[in-house]
Amino acid sequence: MTIHKAPAEDTKPAYNYAYLDEQTKRMIRRALLKAVAVPGYQVPFGSREMPLARGWGTGGIQVTAAIIGPADTLKVIDQGADDTTNAVSIRKFFERTADARTSEVTDEATIIQTRHRIPEAPLKSGQIMVYQVPTPEPLRRLEPREAETRKMHAWAEYGLMQVKLYEDIARYGEITKTYDYPVMVNGRYVMAPSPIPKFDNPKMHMSPALQLFGAGREKRIYALPPYTSVRSLDFEDHPFRIQSWTEPCGLCGAADSYLDEVVIDDRGGRMFVCSDSHYCETRRAEGHRGTMLGDAALSGLVEETTP
Amino acid sequence: MSVQDMIAPGFSDPVFQSQAAFRALLAALSEPGTLQRVTVAIAPPEGLATATATALLTLADYETPVWLPEALRNGPAGAWLRFHCGAALVDEPASAAFAVIDGAAGTPALSAFNPGNDQFPDRSTTVFVQCAALEGGAETTLSGPGIPGTRKVAPQGLRAGFWAEVRENGALYPLGVDLVLCHGDGMLGLPRTTRIEEAR
Repeated sequence: MTIHKAPAEDTKPAYNYAYLDEQTKRMIRRALLKAVAVPGYQVPFGSREMPLARGWGTGGIQVTAAIIGPADTLKVIDQGADDTTNAVSIRKFFERTADARTSEVTDEATIIQTRHRIPEAPLKSGQIMVYQVPTPEPLRRLEPREAETRKMHAWAEYGLMQVKLYEDIARYGEITKTYDYPVMVNGRYVMAPSPIPKFDNPKMHMSPALQLFGAGREKRIYALPPYTSVRSLDFEDHPFRIQSWTEPCGLCGAADSYLDEVVIDDRGGRMFVCSDSHYCETRRAEGHRGTMLGDAALSGLVEETTP
Repeated sequence: MSVQDMIAPGFSDPVFQSQAAFRALLAALSEPGTLQRVTVAIAPPEGLATATATALLTLADYETPVWLPEALRNGPAGAWLRFHCGAALVDEPASAAFAVIDGAAGTPALSAFNPGNDQFPDRSTTVFVQCAALEGGAETTLSGPGIPGTRKVAPQGLRAGFWAEVRENGALYPLGVDLVLCHGDGMLGLPRTTRIEEAR
């Protein structure tokens, strides 16, 4: 029989700053520097086990853990929102392990870890975007063998990708890829921008912020230095287009942001709201009113707050 | 034991000092030509600039062979690196992950280092070029990723033909070595993506 001895009262589990050990951080840092030197190229790295399942942002967390320091302010978003499960738990993780200052304000953050969106507010020089990437290889659906996709990148053989986009046009009349839309980086590497909507692709081009991509399960890191050319693949007669909506945000009235469609009843009723929760809140605080915004104070549901 | 034989200390606070130094390196290579400073106060061994020594402490370990000029390899710098980083010091420039060269010395050529291979361009050498100053020399105009438009740099104490070598290195893209010019506590990154528009 094994007797498990309970740890003494004063024994607390202790971790290194930002969870990862220093050798792991060095390895990730070396990968990051090479990733920045070859924009869009996927650098293999020794992804570690993290205290959450792969597919929940372990790549992004490892990148953030390798770069974060006491001077940083961290913002974490999931599908544009600061208050969804993944965002909240990752923010808490860094509050606990790295004593990180966190913020929901895009403008205040020095590191923005994101899943599936780029904030609507323009990014600034000095900010670092960290993307959580599920599938870093844009060619994987077309060629399952790593040995082959590696050669395709080595020799810039991207004909297969153009054929795939062409087949979409031949079959449906337009390119049907709406997220993770492939881009050409610095005129050399085809890169998966992670599952951001194609609406966000133009924000990557010549962005003043540094953009880092971490794929934990697939063990790849890649990067876009600031002011790097990022071109969404298209054809001369079928130029790249972003999504558009027929109505503005139901809460803040924004017509220039990426909108989520929300079903509100079982009779086909729906509304469109900004996916970037901070952007929507900022606009409402500025006095913008959408058509669906219920005035809770008027109906006596909440107490009115004095500004 | 004489003072010369003693190995100088490394970081006093490895976690935060290496983090700060890494962010300076990341900024240097993602925004080529901007002058970055390492704020860490360490006493580098003879022959290494503060910036070079800090960068190696931050990045080098038992996984990364380091190439040093022979005089440094056999001197206190070599012993210091072996002790603090556990890095192997290699004779062959092409087998190094990191290298330190004297910007004014004629050899080794940048082409002597590992440019990576077409399937793994990340396996190239990162070369720290120690030079006499990072400002006040002849102006060179840079462009490429990380640079809005063009940026001018004016380092001093680089060998004749250095910029031609950098240009040749850039022509190998996506292969090629990545350079970090170092002097004192200053660093100036020149990754392989940076194009030399005009060198005087």
